[in-house]
Amino acid sequence: MRYLPKSDAERAAMLKEIGVSSINDLFTAIPEEYRLTRDLNIPRQMGESEIIDYFKAAAAKNANGYASFLGAGSYRHYRPVVIDSLVQRGEFLTSYTPYQAEITQGTLQAIFEFQTMICELTGMDIANASMYDGSTGAAEAVMMAVRVTGRDNVLVARTAHPEYREVMHTYAQHQGHDAKEVAYGQDGRIDLAALEQAVTEETACVLVQSPNFFGVIEDIPAVAEIAHKKGALLIVSIAEAISLGIVRPPVEADIVSMEAQSFGVAMSYGGPYCGVLAAKEKYLRQMPGRLVGETKDTEGSRGFVLTLSTREQHIRREKATSNICTNQALVALMATIFMTVYGKQGIRDLALQNLAKAKYAADAIGQHGKVLFAGTPRFHEFLLVTDENPSQLSERLLDRKIIGGLDLRKWYPELSNATLWCVTELTTKEQIDAAVGVIAEAPVTAEAR
Amino acid sequence: MAYPEKYKYTREHEWVEAAGNIGTVGITDYAQNSLGDIVFVDAPKIGTKVEKGAVFGSVESVKAVSDLYSPVTGTVTEVNEELHSSPEKINSDAHAAWIIKVELSDPNEVGSLLSAADYEKFIAEETGK
Amino acid sequence: MATSNGFIGNTRKVNAHLTQNEGLSFEKSSPGKKAYKLAPLDVPEVDPAALLGEAHRSRNAELPELSEIEIIRHFTRLSTWNYAIDLGMYPLGSCTMKYNPRVNEFVSRLEGIAEAHPYQPETLSQGSLEIIKLLQDCLIEITGMDAITLQPAAGAHGEFTGILLARAYHQSKGNPRKTVIIPDSAHGTNPATAATCGYQVINLKSNSKGGVDVAALAQMVNEDTAAMMLTNPSTIGVFENEIHKIADVLHDKGALLYMDGANMNALVGKTRPGDFGVDLMHLNLHKTFSTPHGGGGPGSGPVACKKILEPFLPIPVLSRGGDGLLHWNYDRPESVGRVRMLYGNFGMFVRALAYTLANGPDGLRQTTEDAVLNANYIRKKLEDLYDLPYDTPSMHEVVFSDKRQTKNGVKTGDIAKRLIDYGFHPYTTSFPLIVPGALMIEPTESESREELDLFVDAMRQIAREADENPDLIKTAPHSTRISRLDETGAARKPVLRWQGPPENGIELDTAAKEW
Repeated sequence: MRYLPKSDAERAAMLKEIGVSSINDLFTAIPEEYRLTRDLNIPRQMGESEIIDYFKAAAAKNANGYASFLGAGSYRHYRPVVIDSLVQRGEFLTSYTPYQAEITQGTLQAIFEFQTMICELTGMDIANASMYDGSTGAAEAVMMAVRVTGRDNVLVARTAHPEYREVMHTYAQHQGHDAKEVAYGQDGRIDLAALEQAVTEETACVLVQSPNFFGVIEDIPAVAEIAHKKGALLIVSIAEAISLGIVRPPVEADIVSMEAQSFGVAMSYGGPYCGVLAAKEKYLRQMPGRLVGETKDTEGSRGFVLTLSTREQHIRREKATSNICTNQALVALMATIFMTVYGKQGIRDLALQNLAKAKYAADAIGQHGKVLFAGTPRFHEFLLVTDENPSQLSERLLDRKIIGGLDLRKWYPELSNATLWCVTELTTKEQIDAAVGVIAEAPVTAEAR
Repeated sequence: MAYPEKYKYTREHEWVEAAGNIGTVGITDYAQNSLGDIVFVDAPKIGTKVEKGAVFGSVESVKAVSDLYSPVTGTVTEVNEELHSSPEKINSDAHAAWIIKVELSDPNEVGSLLSAADYEKFIAEETGK
Repeated sequence: MATSNGFIGNTRKVNAHLTQNEGLSFEKSSPGKKAYKLAPLDVPEVDPAALLGEAHRSRNAELPELSEIEIIRHFTRLSTWNYAIDLGMYPLGSCTMKYNPRVNEFVSRLEGIAEAHPYQPETLSQGSLEIIKLLQDCLIEITGMDAITLQPAAGAHGEFTGILLARAYHQSKGNPRKTVIIPDSAHGTNPATAATCGYQVINLKSNSKGGVDVAALAQMVNEDTAAMMLTNPSTIGVFENEIHKIADVLHDKGALLYMDGANMNALVGKTRPGDFGVDLMHLNLHKTFSTPHGGGGPGSGPVACKKILEPFLPIPVLSRGGDGLLHWNYDRPESVGRVRMLYGNFGMFVRALAYTLANGPDGLRQTTEDAVLNANYIRKKLEDLYDLPYDTPSMHEVVFSDKRQTKNGVKTGDIAKRLIDYGFHPYTTSFPLIVPGALMIEPTESESREELDLFVDAMRQIAREADENPDLIKTAPHSTRISRLDETGAARKPVLRWQGPPENGIELDTAAKEW
């Protein structure tokens, strides 16, 4: 087999040196009744060209040549080609976790740069790249807030991504801090009055997403004030990292949990993504996940090293801050390169294009349906409510090779025929106009459902 | 290493000096040596109630963390703030670098702890020396 | 530098070479430099301050401003400071640092695969779903289980999911139970996971052979025991040959046997956990199935289980409908819920499937055999110089201890650092905890005899240095760009981000201030 660097002669010679006559002599610890005597029932060995053919055929069965207006936590942005040129270098791709700092300074310095840029973008003091994605990051942020405050009531906005909320529930249910939902108001933001009522001296944290699942930007200072008044922490979850190019950072937050997939990580049918946790300095020791710190070597030269590992599972075992063992180094590296390519001005320019395209789309589409929360600032997603039922609209759009906004009925039935539309810098005016054209052609029906 | 005679010791390597109804608590030289360079001390706040044998905080080195077990029962009256910025003081002189002072609920409680000689014997057995 | 009176070995694998220096990207930044150019806006411009009001960002984040060549050089230079599988062997125990095949990278980047949005209609996602289904089927066959979820994002995440499944199963029988038994040789994620799920951890001391003490286990297991988390082969590389007894003891009291699949590289194609009594287990695609470590992640941790646990699997579950198409099924009332959004690290599924297809059943079996052959070869060639704490047969990894070397004060951590001078990444030091001064070595099947012999040669020379020139080892490495780093300082006064340019043009001792 071509990945195995041995000839049969070498194998035989090695067996002889070990002092056994056959390889199966090295497997005798396995009780005989459990030793496989047959081939595994899996596809036969394939040549490289066959493997490529298999995956090309699979790819062909996915959407090809469709315009897409899907967002909802996974975003289609341009990925500069230097990202793949660099991350495919073997020294990055096939390197291990940087526990041996002297021979992994490349990875460590890149993560240090990542941590710095995330702090700059989010307004926090410390950051890591150790969450699997935005959803598990939100769950970990909540656990962190519970640890820090010693309280166990948790409040989560209904406008946070529904799947994030499901994940938070899975994590929280056995730890005694399952969340209560706080409704949204007419403006599409968390209902501040309802929040004020709900926050007590027992509240560990309030979690809002901004821009939220509807694309609306929350009033972070107002939410922070309500939370902090009663000693609760504010967690801001960010699903669209590029928004930070043009939207003010949530500096009032105590913890920011972010999904950095938009920073150069392919959508890849849902993963791997890049979860980030950032926080104020005082929460440092409660922060889960790997951290890279700057230090000096014995000659006084600057170097980088994993630090504060005593919080982690391999040392604290059952008393660890989390069981997490990863740092999403490769996708964090993609994000680091992305942020470096766009840089200080480019992140703004990119976000601005997204904003402009979405405004154009919302205005045009709004002529043929109701775009909700029109008076509230938003980034690049918006809700459209139509008389036509979303399944039918979706069919008509698909006929024209357009994947329209996401049908929200299963998550927000109270919004009737709502669909969630996302427009990025990659969406063209032609694609938007074509979608508008299809929406406009809705057959006139009496019923909404 | 000489272990101060006026202190009492536990098998978890803490020391306590009782003066009247105040107990001063720290970790022994043996403990600091096992831990290596200490980087952080997690001490309780003033007013916290501590219980003999129960965990009241922890001491971290780069590669390990050790729970601190209280040798006495009472209420924390003082915390050594110096250790926050200079945890290495425990490495330089563990028997001087106290961690907390406790108002003892029962000043006689310390009587059942190990004397310096007993503690030295205990660590000799532990290390097989 | 170390004394040169004693023996200094001859490093055959490496030679000194200049590597480029490179500062932080922020230190090379200059206002106005750019590496991007956006396509022109084809819709009307907008005034962000007007549109966003108070939500408008007034001050840009201080990201660097560099040109493209500077970025290419920056990261290329950084990459040259890393060791990697592509350069040579990683003897890390239980990490299974095997070759990361390049066709995996190629196919994961095919447009229809990389650009698939997770919420695309199912009719337009059949390709992605076929890939998931085929991988699921292969992994079920490989593990001997009945069902599987690919949703967990990493091994630890898989463990979490597994314990959730165990809890749900017991709950469905009326009693979630209270404890999880974990051997003291286990990886730290095991107890950390059990605690996250609200279980109390009971530590089981290993027996004198480093394995499970079945008699002690039988005493410990009761109606409060939800599960035992077992790594097999163990973290000392030994197959628990009483595994059926272990399973029986647990099943007798209605408890479950969870297997940490980190060491599957010793088992694939030779035996199946589902056959020897395991009820549920996780796999590490980034270990056994060749997906790249990438400097520390992402991984993927599927969880396979017997059918008694199938109803509790995370949602959604993939199945083929009457229409012949694959569908995500969300109607699963007994599910533990989601452990993450969407479906799992799909990019890793593509790579793991490509690896499986490249091997076929014969390739996978040969891979396992070569892995075990390589570990035993190393054991044979070093057992005269390094102490073997247990004489039980090794499978795909061998654990030595530093007992013979500590008489000169040389410890496993020092030997590991000296190994760097010989051109290798260190093996796993000081783990498992049951072996004081452990050297845990797993070569994997990807090492040629030549590379193994170079490793053996290096270790033999270091053993001699430990006798004749211990200071050389205690101060190693000597050949790296930077020498040993002050980890104490890094932990006492953490500096976790770059702080900005020196004020008034005065160069600071280090380029970042403490905060």
